[in-house]
Amino acid sequence: MTKVGIASYGITKFSKEDSKIESVLLNSVKKLFDSNSNLNRNDIDAVLVSTNNNSKYLSAVLSEMAGIEPKIAHTVESLCNSGTNAIVSAYSYIASGLADMVLVSGAERYDSPGQVLEWDNSRGEFKHPIFWASIFTKSYKREFSITDEELAIVPVKNHKQAQNNPNAISEKLYSLEDVINSKKLTDDLRLLDCSRPCTGGASILLASEKTCKNCTDNPIWITGIGQKTTSAGFTKNMTFSSMVSTQEAASTALKMSKRDAKDIDVAEVHDAFSVCEPMALESLGLSDKGKGLELINELYATNNLKINPRGGLIGSGHPLGATGLAQTIEITQQLQLCANKRQVDNAKVGLVHNMSAAATSSTVLVLEK
Amino acid sequence: MNFESELKKGKLIIPECNHCNKIVWPPSEFCNQCFNEVSWRTGSSKGKIIEFSKQNDNYFGLIEIENSIRVLGKISSGIPNLGQHVKIEKCGIKDGSYYFEFLLI
Repeated sequence: MTKVGIASYGITKFSKEDSKIESVLLNSVKKLFDSNSNLNRNDIDAVLVSTNNNSKYLSAVLSEMAGIEPKIAHTVESLCNSGTNAIVSAYSYIASGLADMVLVSGAERYDSPGQVLEWDNSRGEFKHPIFWASIFTKSYKREFSITDEELAIVPVKNHKQAQNNPNAISEKLYSLEDVINSKKLTDDLRLLDCSRPCTGGASILLASEKTCKNCTDNPIWITGIGQKTTSAGFTKNMTFSSMVSTQEAASTALKMSKRDAKDIDVAEVHDAFSVCEPMALESLGLSDKGKGLELINELYATNNLKINPRGGLIGSGHPLGATGLAQTIEITQQLQLCANKRQVDNAKVGLVHNMSAAATSSTVLVLEK
Repeated sequence: MNFESELKKGKLIIPECNHCNKIVWPPSEFCNQCFNEVSWRTGSSKGKIIEFSKQNDNYFGLIEIENSIRVLGKISSGIPNLGQHVKIEKCGIKDGSYYFEFLLI
C-alpha cells in the first residue's frame, strides 16, 4: 500500500460573509493552486467536496469551475466531521490505486443546515447543539468537580491563539470575566463557550508517495487514521463526561501510526464548546481523566501552543464542512515548520480530532513529516 | 398502530421486538438487532432523570423510560435531582419535532 501525503493546500478567511457556496469552494482551491506551481490539473483523478450545504452536484460544479475533469467526483457529508471523512475517502482511493491524486475541498456558509440534526427526535424540542453541550457540561462539571470559571480558560486560550491566525473569525482577546459575563444561554453554557457557525473554505491535495514527492519538497504524510460512529442520536451516548467514539478512533489511529499519545507534539481538537476541549484531551489520551483543564491551564500559563494553535473551532470559527480540512492544514503547516507566530517548537508528529453531533462520530488523523 | 399518530394524540407507545424482547428506540418498524417487525404497546408514563440543565426559568433534562428510552424534555415542577423519578405530563409533536414534558414525583 502506497503512503499518502499532502501535496498542497489552500484556505480562505473565515467570516460571516454571504457568499455562494460554489464561490467559497473555488476560493480555497485557487489558493491551493497558487501556493504550488508544480501542479497539473490533468493529474487530478478525483474531486471530493465536503459540505452540509444543500446545493447539489457540487463536486462536478467545482471541477468545472476549476478546469478539472476527474474520474471520480462526489460529495461527502457527515455533519461537523465531513472534512476528515472526505480526507479518509481520498486516502482510500489513493491507497487502493483507484486514484493517484485527489482534491478534497470543504466549504460551508454561516447559515448551514448542518447545525441541527432534524432526524434526532429523541432530543425532543431541544434540537439545537447548545442543549447537548449543556448536558455534557453539567455532567463533566459534576463528575470532576469543575466550575464554570475553570472551564472559561478554554475560550480565553483559544481566542488568544486565534489572534495569530490570519484566517480566524475571532479578532478579540477575552478575559475569564468576559466569558463568565457573556450571555447566559443555559445555566451551564455561555455565548463565549460556543464556536460560531461561519462562512469558510479549505482545500487539500492528497497524492501517492511518488507523486507527492514530485510535487513538493515538504510533503506531510497521513500515518494514522481512526474512525468510530457509536450512534446518530445524542441520547444514545451512555456517558456525557467523556467521548467514547473519540477514544476508539484515537486508539485505532495511534495503533496504525505505531505511535503513542505521548509522541504527539501538536494537536487540533474539536472544541465545538468549551467543555469539548478537556473532554477530547482526556478521550484522546493526551491527559488523564478529569485532568484536561490542568493541562490547558499549564499550556496557557507557559504560552505553549500545543493544543489548538490556530485557535480551534472557538477561535477560528466553525464552517462545518471546512473545519476538518482547516484543522488538517494547521497540523500540516506546523509539521512543515511554517506556522509563523503559531509555530510549536520542533513539531514532528501531529494529531487531528474532528467529531460530529455530540461526539456520536469521531475521526482521528495522525500526521508526520 | 403508528408511533407518530399516537404521539400526536399525546400518547407514548413503545416499539418492542417480540423476538429479541427488546425495546427499539428511536421508534422504528423493524428491530435493530434482528429486523423482525416490532409490536407496539402502551408504555410506562414514568421515568428517571439522567442529567438536567436549565434555560431561563425552565429546567430540561435527559429522561430514561423503562431503562431504555431516553429523551430530552421539559421538567416543569420544582427543582430536579439526578436519579429522581418523573412522570410524563404531556407529549406530542409540534412543528415536526417531538416534545415531552415531565413532572417530578
